[in-house]
Amino acid sequence: MGISAFYHDSAACLVHNGRIVAAAQEERFTRKKHDHRFPENAIAYCLEEGDITAEDLSYVSFYDKPFLKFERLLETYLTFAPSGLNSYLKAMPLWLKEKLWMGDLIKKNLPGYKCDISYPEHHQSHAASAFFPSPFEEAAIITMDGVGEWTTASWGIGSANRIDLHSELHFPHSLGLLYTAFTYYTGFKVNNGEYKVMGLAPYGKPKYVQTIFDNLIDLREDGSFRLDMSYFNYCQGLTMTSDKFHKLFGGPPRKPESNINQREMDLAASVQAVTEEIMLRTARHVRRETGHRNLCLAGGVALNCVANGKILRERIFDDIWIQPAAGDAGGSLGAALFIWYQILGNKRNVDGVNDLQRGSYLGPGWDDDEIESWLSTAGFPFRRMDETDLINTISDDITAGRVIGWFGGRMEFGPRALGNRSIIGDARSESMQSTINLKIKYRESFRPFAPTVLIEDVEEYFEIDRASPYMLLVAPVRKSHRRELSEEEEKLFGMEKLRIPRSDIPAITHVDYSSRLQTVSRKDNPRYHRLISNFKVKTGYGIVINTSFNVRGEPIVCTPEDAYLCFMRTEMDILALGNCLLKKDDQPPLEQEKEHSPEKRKSHKVKSKPKLRKFGLIMTGAFAALCVLLYLRNAILMPYAAGLSGFFLFSALLYPKLLWPIEKFWMKLASVMSYIMTRVLLTLVYFLAVVPTGLIMRLLLKKPLQLDFKREMKTYWVDVNPEGPCSRSEKQY
Amino acid sequence: MGHFKDIWGFLRTRKKWWLIPIITVLLLLSLIIVLSQGSALAPFIYAIF
Repeated sequence: MGISAFYHDSAACLVHNGRIVAAAQEERFTRKKHDHRFPENAIAYCLEEGDITAEDLSYVSFYDKPFLKFERLLETYLTFAPSGLNSYLKAMPLWLKEKLWMGDLIKKNLPGYKCDISYPEHHQSHAASAFFPSPFEEAAIITMDGVGEWTTASWGIGSANRIDLHSELHFPHSLGLLYTAFTYYTGFKVNNGEYKVMGLAPYGKPKYVQTIFDNLIDLREDGSFRLDMSYFNYCQGLTMTSDKFHKLFGGPPRKPESNINQREMDLAASVQAVTEEIMLRTARHVRRETGHRNLCLAGGVALNCVANGKILRERIFDDIWIQPAAGDAGGSLGAALFIWYQILGNKRNVDGVNDLQRGSYLGPGWDDDEIESWLSTAGFPFRRMDETDLINTISDDITAGRVIGWFGGRMEFGPRALGNRSIIGDARSESMQSTINLKIKYRESFRPFAPTVLIEDVEEYFEIDRASPYMLLVAPVRKSHRRELSEEEEKLFGMEKLRIPRSDIPAITHVDYSSRLQTVSRKDNPRYHRLISNFKVKTGYGIVINTSFNVRGEPIVCTPEDAYLCFMRTEMDILALGNCLLKKDDQPPLEQEKEHSPEKRKSHKVKSKPKLRKFGLIMTGAFAALCVLLYLRNAILMPYAAGLSGFFLFSALLYPKLLWPIEKFWMKLASVMSYIMTRVLLTLVYFLAVVPTGLIMRLLLKKPLQLDFKREMKTYWVDVNPEGPCSRSEKQY
Repeated sequence: MGHFKDIWGFLRTRKKWWLIPIITVLLLLSLIIVLSQGSALAPFIYAIF
């Protein structure tokens, strides 16, 4: 079992005899986007899918080293103290409550599991998730993200059943955090809006690239770099950028939800260009250093499919494989595979062509009988069909310009919907992009849509010569499908470009003629492949729009119920739940909002009798102790304490339900007191221990963080210490 | 106990001696928080401060 948690996108993954049995993100179960909490639901699902209990697990692996992360956090506070109190107060409570006790927390959630827990280094987990499921016997590996423990980027080699990381970059110098800083500055949500920046980039001109290179970053030929931290605030504050950054780019950050102007588009284009430059330089360097012809990529930055497409088109490597769950969720998969191959030394069998990711369809699934039973019980009108009829009907609906909720098979692992939890529509329609954006996804109109194309037709539509099964490559639409723009149309800029159709598949052609494509093969997803093939027979086009089955701000749907609710809350026309067809017009209106958030359900739970009894007895003991204390001090309040102790004893023994409102109030009081006291005590620790230590270290010229540009250094890549954290997977450090 | 051994191993292996005072205080605080969270005794414990 591999587990990732506590940064963003917590997840669990089960590997049995080297085969990935199940993997899922916690957000899909809790319905809280990017849920970072301990993935208890994802773990329960993985165990259920594997038909085992926690007792049957041989190994459990957590995707990073909590103590090293804690060290980085403390040393960052020491470097920047006394500024940094707010960030410290925000981070520390969770560390003290949970993250520092990771072993206990995991064992508590896996009752019966008795063996040790492994802790691969964060970028080792990413590298493992990139290389082990790849089809390559040998490959170069690059990982890039915001930050793990100390590492923000690394490269190395994967060979047979081993990965070895050679070099790394260290916090605070991070490409992921640079991109996130611009995401924040352009008014999008940190750790969520990076895709929007990537989608916005083609509307702008990269006019700030030189400003970025001249001021923010010292970039070397080999792709290594350092950032000038005076422009950023993420080490010591709760924002990403500093006032100096705002002055440099001519104003404060855009307010979320306010109008997006040409400036934001130009900033997005600029940071995208800088990102591509860094990734290309790194890729060239790694190709030179390793000599390997294939590349595996992972880490959040590897989700930048525009940059991935550029690496591919530059022909730096012969082939590239990118982990579909390249972000932290995929760390769970990497951590599990790391144990199987690297620690246990099991043989890895690959054929150079097919990967071991199983199409990334690794989540829960429901068969037609289960769906039918749920629909019948709920009383929603539907028609169960055989697959051929269903596909025929749905392809007719797509042709007629309807928008379809397409649900079936096992849920995808990773941020992309790949045809099992998708909303699909006609890529030839000029109005489809704005229809789906505004009436179904309720998101910004500028955001492009991705296509799914039959693998056999990919070269017909796109300038790409290979499969892109996980929607992680961007390629240009082939010239033969493009539409010539008039002189007037050519002059348009910014959002005005949006209205101009640019090809005969306008709904998936971005303003720069690019497209983030998914190829589908009969082998990976036969049902979806049949649908698009049927659509092709009717229209001549083996391509449809594929966007994830969710609305803005919500995770992709998991269950048939999630899908139904999303269908009813939007202007989707048709829903295919497996082979059950639902039409919007036939459905009764949603009378009241269904409560399908597990958290909401939890809040209605009344505490059980034994729990209330236990509460009563604890209170009896506490007030009895208080009574003795007051008696010894001859305090006049003693009889009250004795009375309360008696009341709690009486209630606990005879009528525990009486204690329910008291328990509710008392626990609320406990949580408020805990919140206040924790922060008061942490503030004391900060000023009495952290600040003095930081100041003394500065006087002694000790620098835990390397912040300065070093012009004399040839490279900022740091060699990975063979006896360092990467060699201690059994330790949390 | 194993947990504290791990933390000691971490400080020793990483040779981060200057973190000892801060980590000791934070661990004590952590113990208070962990032991009192979700417990009816929390208001009594916090009242001591």
